[in-house]
Amino acid sequence: MSERIDLPEIQWRRVSPRYIVVDVVGYIVFGLIVTAVPVVIALAAGIDWLWFVAAALGVIFLVTIVLTPRRVRAIGYQLRDDDVLFRRGILYQRFVAVPYGRMQLVDINRGPLARALGLSELKFVTAAAATGVTIPGLAEADAEELRDRLVALAESRRAGL
Amino acid sequence: MNPAPSQTFTDGEWHHLHPLTPLLRGGIAFIAILGFVVYNLRDIGIEMIVGGGESGQPDPLIWLYESEFFWLAVLGVFVGLVVVIAGYYLSWRMNTFRITDEVVEVRSGILFRRNRKGRLDRIQGINIARPFFARLFGAARLEVNVAGQDANIKLDYLGSGAADQLRVDILRLASGTRVAKAEAAVEVEADAERPAVARSAAASQLIEARMNEFLAPELDPNLAPPESVVTMHIGRLIGSLLLSGFSIFVLAFIGGIIWGVTATGSLIFLVGLLPALIGTSSFYISRFTRSLRYSIAGTPDGVRIGFGLLSTSNETLPPGRIHSVQVNQPLLWRRAGWWEVKVNRASTSSAKGAAGQQNTTILPVGNLDDVHKVLALVLPDLTDEASAAVLHSGLTSKGGDDGFTNSPRRSRVYLWFSWRRNGFAMLPGAVLLRQGVIWRQLTIVPQARMQSVALHQGPVFRRLRLASVKLHTVAGPIVPSLGALDSAQAVGFFREIADAAIRSSSTDTSHRWRSGEAPA
Repeated sequence: MSERIDLPEIQWRRVSPRYIVVDVVGYIVFGLIVTAVPVVIALAAGIDWLWFVAAALGVIFLVTIVLTPRRVRAIGYQLRDDDVLFRRGILYQRFVAVPYGRMQLVDINRGPLARALGLSELKFVTAAAATGVTIPGLAEADAEELRDRLVALAESRRAGL
Repeated sequence: MNPAPSQTFTDGEWHHLHPLTPLLRGGIAFIAILGFVVYNLRDIGIEMIVGGGESGQPDPLIWLYESEFFWLAVLGVFVGLVVVIAGYYLSWRMNTFRITDEVVEVRSGILFRRNRKGRLDRIQGINIARPFFARLFGAARLEVNVAGQDANIKLDYLGSGAADQLRVDILRLASGTRVAKAEAAVEVEADAERPAVARSAAASQLIEARMNEFLAPELDPNLAPPESVVTMHIGRLIGSLLLSGFSIFVLAFIGGIIWGVTATGSLIFLVGLLPALIGTSSFYISRFTRSLRYSIAGTPDGVRIGFGLLSTSNETLPPGRIHSVQVNQPLLWRRAGWWEVKVNRASTSSAKGAAGQQNTTILPVGNLDDVHKVLALVLPDLTDEASAAVLHSGLTSKGGDDGFTNSPRRSRVYLWFSWRRNGFAMLPGAVLLRQGVIWRQLTIVPQARMQSVALHQGPVFRRLRLASVKLHTVAGPIVPSLGALDSAQAVGFFREIADAAIRSSSTDTSHRWRSGEAPA
């Protein structure tokens, strides 16, 4: 009965599977810190019901971590002639199209773990804050090549604001 | 003492601001101090003449007058005054600006130098404000808005006439016409104006010129063709103020007080009434006086929005600077048939809009005719018959087959009342999003200004085979998005917009709106 939205004509380029490691480790660290807060308070103050909060948080993070490979596989992008298409999300799907002429700048970010695995994150900035297109998990060389290509494309198609 | 209004500032040389700038900037404080001194001197004077009259409270100035430090204090005050005046003079000397073919540049500061440059082709609007006090002296504050947060170049203060001329010149330079033409035109206007402004002849003439300037209508009738001008109707202005959300709040507050008094029998609740009364009436009065002489008009260099009774202000938005437009109708205004028009723009001006709101509200209240006129001004591409019809049904239609693609019937579980009306339409150069049947709303996004477009679907929408589309524009009061569309239609709409955005932005020249014109 349910029907996923899709753009079937697009050959999506996927991000590196190594990015799953980055995301999983990130969630484990974040999950441990967040779950530790109610645990510490429960131990220190002896408030029993906080254990349930900790357990609930633990379950949420566990589900998130288990689903990470699928979520990473759902990220895709495609450089078309005049714009870049980006998609992400399984449950909450999001497709974005950004014309090259609208790009104000292209950012490359590397976290410590991503750097160890040779990965980079590419971020597109337009004049609209809502655009929010970030492609994670690109091989370092790919990211730099992609950035240079995008900047060149943006330059050749430059428009006013 | 005033620079001639016909002086041209656009010659690429450095210029100074109006000589009264320090006085006008520090105006209120200066007058307050002067008032304090005069008041106390009067007391001293009375005491000297009448004698005696010892009051219980020792006045600081009287005490000083009687003490042996008097001359020392006078000397101190004198030195302080000299330093302050010298400081003001220096800061005025050091505050210079120039306008070249490419940039507007301002230098200021004595110890900490500050230099700000704005590119003319990035200008988003020009604002001229004349606060009451400055208006008395024939001065105006000109602000050039460039895209970005806090990216405004302020020239305060300039001569009133010079500011108007400078606005015209800057916009002419920004419009992409050749400089030769601009200079020739300025020369002609300057020659024509010079004899008329022979104000140096006599003081009485100066005062007369000032009076004429002060009493002149806010919008110069020669500036725009009268059929394009939308003005404020007084009855409608009062009505819109009374039928606002704020009035409901006031009524609820008064009701609460009455209930409090009758229920408890104590009058303690009345204590809060007086400050509340003063607050609300000043709110209404300030909104009323600000919007009273409101006008919006199409000039060759963009849409001019002007308002103000005592302090006047006007803003010119060049073509191609409006990133989206929204027309909406609060429920209370429905019977009267009034609408409000807002825009998104890339710059943030420090000046307030007509009703004291953000200056993104370009029409505080107007009837359907006014709305169509304003839309024709801000979206000149949509003035043909067919587009006007679609715009009209976008505003008032209840939905159905009227040029819009609407949400399917199954979306009624999500949009209880408005599913028939919730829809989109594509016009040449613009995307229309229609929403709301109780609070009617129409959002128009010029394709050439769109930054990106997104398609969303969450789990609930997936079950209903629905999806939503969001258009990304620069930040502002309008967030153009449309939910609960048929998912296949939404995907098609997404593709169409993505194509249209590319096509329009590559052919769009409105940011250099006169570059096509041949130089004279």
